Parts: sequence; C-alpha cells; structure tokens
Amino acid sequence: MTTLIRIALLGLLLLANAVHAADPLVISGGNDRAIPIAVVPFGWQGGTVLPENMAEIIGNDLRNSGTFEPVPAQNMISLPTQASEVIFRDWKALGAQFVMVGSIVPTGGRLQVQFALFNVATEQQVMAGNVSGGVEQLRDMAHFVSDQAFEKLTGIKGAFSTRLLFVTAERFSVDNTRYSLQRADYDGARAVTLLQSREPILSPSFAADGKRIAYVSFEQKRPRIFIQYIDTGRREQITNFEGLNGAPAWSPDGSRLAFVLSKDGNPEIYVMNLASRQLQRVTNHFGIDTEPFWGKDGQTIYFTSDRAGKPQIYKMNIASGAVERVTFIGNYNANPKLSADEKNLVMVHRQEGYAVFRVASQDLTRGTVKILTQTSLDESPTVAPNGTMVIYATRQEGRGVVVLASINGRVKIPLPIAAQGEIREPSWSPFLK
Amino acid sequence: MEMLKFGKLAALALTLAVAAGCSSKGADNTGEGAIDPNAGYNANANGSGTDGMLADEAALRAITTFYFAYDSSDLLPEAMRALDVHAKDLKGDGSRVVLQGNTDERGTREYNMALGERRGMAVQRYLVLQGVSPAQLEVVSYGEERPAATGSDEESMAQNRRVNLVK
Repeated sequence: MTTLIRIALLGLLLLANAVHAADPLVISGGNDRAIPIAVVPFGWQGGTVLPENMAEIIGNDLRNSGTFEPVPAQNMISLPTQASEVIFRDWKALGAQFVMVGSIVPTGGRLQVQFALFNVATEQQVMAGNVSGGVEQLRDMAHFVSDQAFEKLTGIKGAFSTRLLFVTAERFSVDNTRYSLQRADYDGARAVTLLQSREPILSPSFAADGKRIAYVSFEQKRPRIFIQYIDTGRREQITNFEGLNGAPAWSPDGSRLAFVLSKDGNPEIYVMNLASRQLQRVTNHFGIDTEPFWGKDGQTIYFTSDRAGKPQIYKMNIASGAVERVTFIGNYNANPKLSADEKNLVMVHRQEGYAVFRVASQDLTRGTVKILTQTSLDESPTVAPNGTMVIYATRQEGRGVVVLASINGRVKIPLPIAAQGEIREPSWSPFLK
Repeated sequence: MEMLKFGKLAALALTLAVAAGCSSKGADNTGEGAIDPNAGYNANANGSGTDGMLADEAALRAITTFYFAYDSSDLLPEAMRALDVHAKDLKGDGSRVVLQGNTDERGTREYNMALGERRGMAVQRYLVLQGVSPAQLEVVSYGEERPAATGSDEESMAQNRRVNLVK
C-alpha cells in the first residue's frame, strides 16, 4: 500500500508559474467603494525580463483584501519609478487616493527593491522601504511590500505572505483517483506537492508554527491522521484506531491535536497531547460530534454536532465539559472556523427552506448571520490570519474550485491554481516568520 | 406465504434496477412494473421451487451495493433481502468483509464521514442480528470522497448514497 504513496520532496514538483496569465474574474458585491490605489509598474534596470510583475502582485494583494481597488496599469498617465518622478495631478486625474512607486536594481546576483507610497490628496509620502532577494523571491518580496503597505494604510497586519494547503483529486474512474496534497502561496501561486496518493486525503491544516501540518490519509485503506513536517517531508502517523480517524485540529500552542474517533461506537472528539500521546475524550453524546476548532484560550473547542437532530455548532470548555449551543439560524451549520479576533464564526450554512449550502458568518455577540457566498455547494471555509479574507471550496461548471472572498463582500476571485481535476479543502496558514 | 414470495421478487426487481444504475425514479417505475401480480405468481408457479430459490439467491448474492435515502441510514427492504443471503454465506465461510459507507456531496466532508459510517454500521448491525460475528465485519467510511457518479443531479447523488460490501 505504501508503494502507492509518493511523498514529493519539497520543490520537486513546481506546478505553478504558468498560471497568473489569465486575469481572474472579479465580482464586486459591496456597497461603498474600495479605495483606489495606483501601484505603478516597478522600474527595472537589469537586462533580461523579470519572471514576475511585482506591481501587479501587490495590486492584486491589496484588491483581495476588499479594501483597495488598483488602478489598471494601462490607464496610467505617467510611470514614475521613484519619489522625485511622481506628478500628483496625474493621479488626481485618475481618482487614485494613493500611489506606490518602486524600482528593482540588480546588485551582486541579487535584486534590491526600493518602494514608496504617497497620499495623493496631501502629496505626502506615507511610507518608504526596501527589500532584497533572489529572482525566485520576487513573489515573496511583492507580498512583503503588500503587507507593509496594507498595515500602514489600514492598521491591520497584512496576511499576504501566508500559504494555503489544499487537496486536488484527479478522477479517472470510480476506483481510480489521484489525490494530492499541495501547498501554495495564499493566492494559489507556486503550488508544490507535499503528498500524493491513490486513496483520499482530507482535512489538511497548519500548526501555529507554520512548520507542521496535519491531515487525514486513507493510504492504509482506512482513515488515519498524520503529521508532516513541511521542510523535511518527515511524517508521523498519529492515530490507528478502528473506525473514524478524522478532522484533526491543532491547539493554538501546537502541543495538542483535537480529532474525531468513533472507536467507542460513535463519533466523539478527543484531544491528544502530542508529546505524551495521551488521549482525552472531550465529548460524550450518542449523536455525531465532529469538526473541532480551537479557541485561542486553548480551552474552548467549537464543533459540529447533530445532537439536536440537524447539524449545528456548539462550543465546549474541555476542562469543565460544559457544552453550549452556538448556532440557531438555519437547518444546517457545520465546519466552524473562528475569525482571528474571535468575534465571528465562519461556517457552512444552509438556510431554512433552502437546499443550497453557503459560507456564512455569525456575529458571536449579536447572534446575527451574514451569508458570504452566493453559489450552492460552498464549503470548507478558511479564514486569513488577519480576518480580512476567506477562501472556500465550491463547484463551477461541475468542477471543484477554490474561491477567495474578502470578508466585506467586495471581492470574489476563483484562485488560479494550476492543478488537474478538482481543487478542494483550502486551509490557510497562520502568519509565518 | 405467497405474499412473502411475491414481496421478495418485487424487492429483487427493485434492487436489481437500482444496482443496474437506474435513477431512483427509474427504479421506482421499473419496480412498479415488476409488482405486476401475474408476473410474480407466474415466476413462482413455473419455477420448480428449489431452482427458483437458488436463482433468487444467486441474484441477491450478486448485490453488494446497498442504497439509502437522503440523510438516512435506514436499510431499504431490498437491501435486507440481499443481506440475508450475505449473512448466510458469512456465517458459513467465516470470511471477513469491509462495509464501505458513502454519502452524496451535500454537506461538509467530515460530517459526511460520520454519516457514511452510520450507514456502514446500519449494515453491520443488520448482519450481526442475522448471526454474523462482529469480528468478520469492518466498517470504513469514505464519506463523500469516493462518489460512484460525479454529477450533482438527484440521480447521481442517489447512486452515491450507498454501502459497498467488499470481500
């Protein structure tokens, strides 16, 4: 069985790069306008053409947040690459509120990037900075600049240097599907295969350290939970129980893993101390209990349960065992994910009287529910570590795709991931060091 | 007695129709056609008793996929008929089988893992009630991960809500 599994070493299968050519479809859904910002193509003094367009990546990042709307490069009247070249009336004419300029200079086999951001109305410099790296790090440098600019302009830490896990499934017949677990930049670029199998892979998630991931693999013809170290590819099998072994969820400090086992007769949530491998059962109900998600306190676990008939979301204190129902609107609420500030619960939601599943967000103080997506089989929501964006899985023309949406509803973009077959189960990394 | 045989035949016709990959609607139609009392009585009258029974049994033994209604883990009568034959075989030869539970694509993946297991366990429970040792039976849920049909229409989804008995 294990011969069917090939762990691709990091960097072995680079699937991306050819992807960013097609312009993704942008659907605007919000009320008030996003802030127009011009990210001018960065100057480049080198001879060869660079493989990545930093200004375009930065513009897309800022757009993805739902807060900014980049000015298209073809509309630009002038193309300044440094502060002294910025003519503010050009940008006022275009309605841009901010303008970013930058230049890339080759120095000793590396690239030195200078950038500066200006407020068009006040004609003042908002920020300036520099970053350097190899040609292969152009995307990293672009996301770094986006993070800096986003935080300066909004006060919210940028989450553009993060990563995404997802599963692809290329089906040849009912008994022949090739599954792969991949990691890409948050925007779907530079996908790398971490695991391939002829048996299902599901529920991948990052530990808070960003170095370990957990997932479920059927490579032994049964679901089993594994931990894998991203850098080395080393794997550890965590569970080997009869029945369900599923829905692994990392505790905030990365020392424990919550998951689902049905070894005692029906699905219950357990917590394992990863150092001692000691197992603690935390739910006790004859219904289905699954999909644990940890609160930041390391004591609260949100989970899905059908104890009231239909799946709804509950939360429990694992020390006291006290359980409280959280969702009341809709006849199907599952797969709970907390926003970074723990004010909102993002989940898969089905409205009363409807057959479709959508991603929705519940305000945990007021109890109100806001539906974030408009398609019909929307699932597996995952929230950016700064809470500004959500990525979810859905179907388009019969194919599984993942879509990035800003929490404010302005932006919905299918991620341009170059993968064969279905793409599913996106899972956002934490902030990475 | 006659009614029992008739019921068995009707159930068989239904099960075969479903197994042949007909839509749930199509299966119902075929089923209704098969519940023609004359057809039922004729088959019994013409068969030489044991031969008819053996033919029945062989047909039922060939059924290793058992279908379920949406959001349900209740065994359908036609599934029970086939499972009775499998139970007899399993008690006789003591072999081990895997009961693979599956769901349609609606709902979340991990929740569907649990639903698929519920279906597998419904089959397991039924076989154990017929005298099969629990040690011969293992339930493995695949949730919505291994659909038999890939469409999102009712017909495809009906084919995916199933338990496969795998030797």
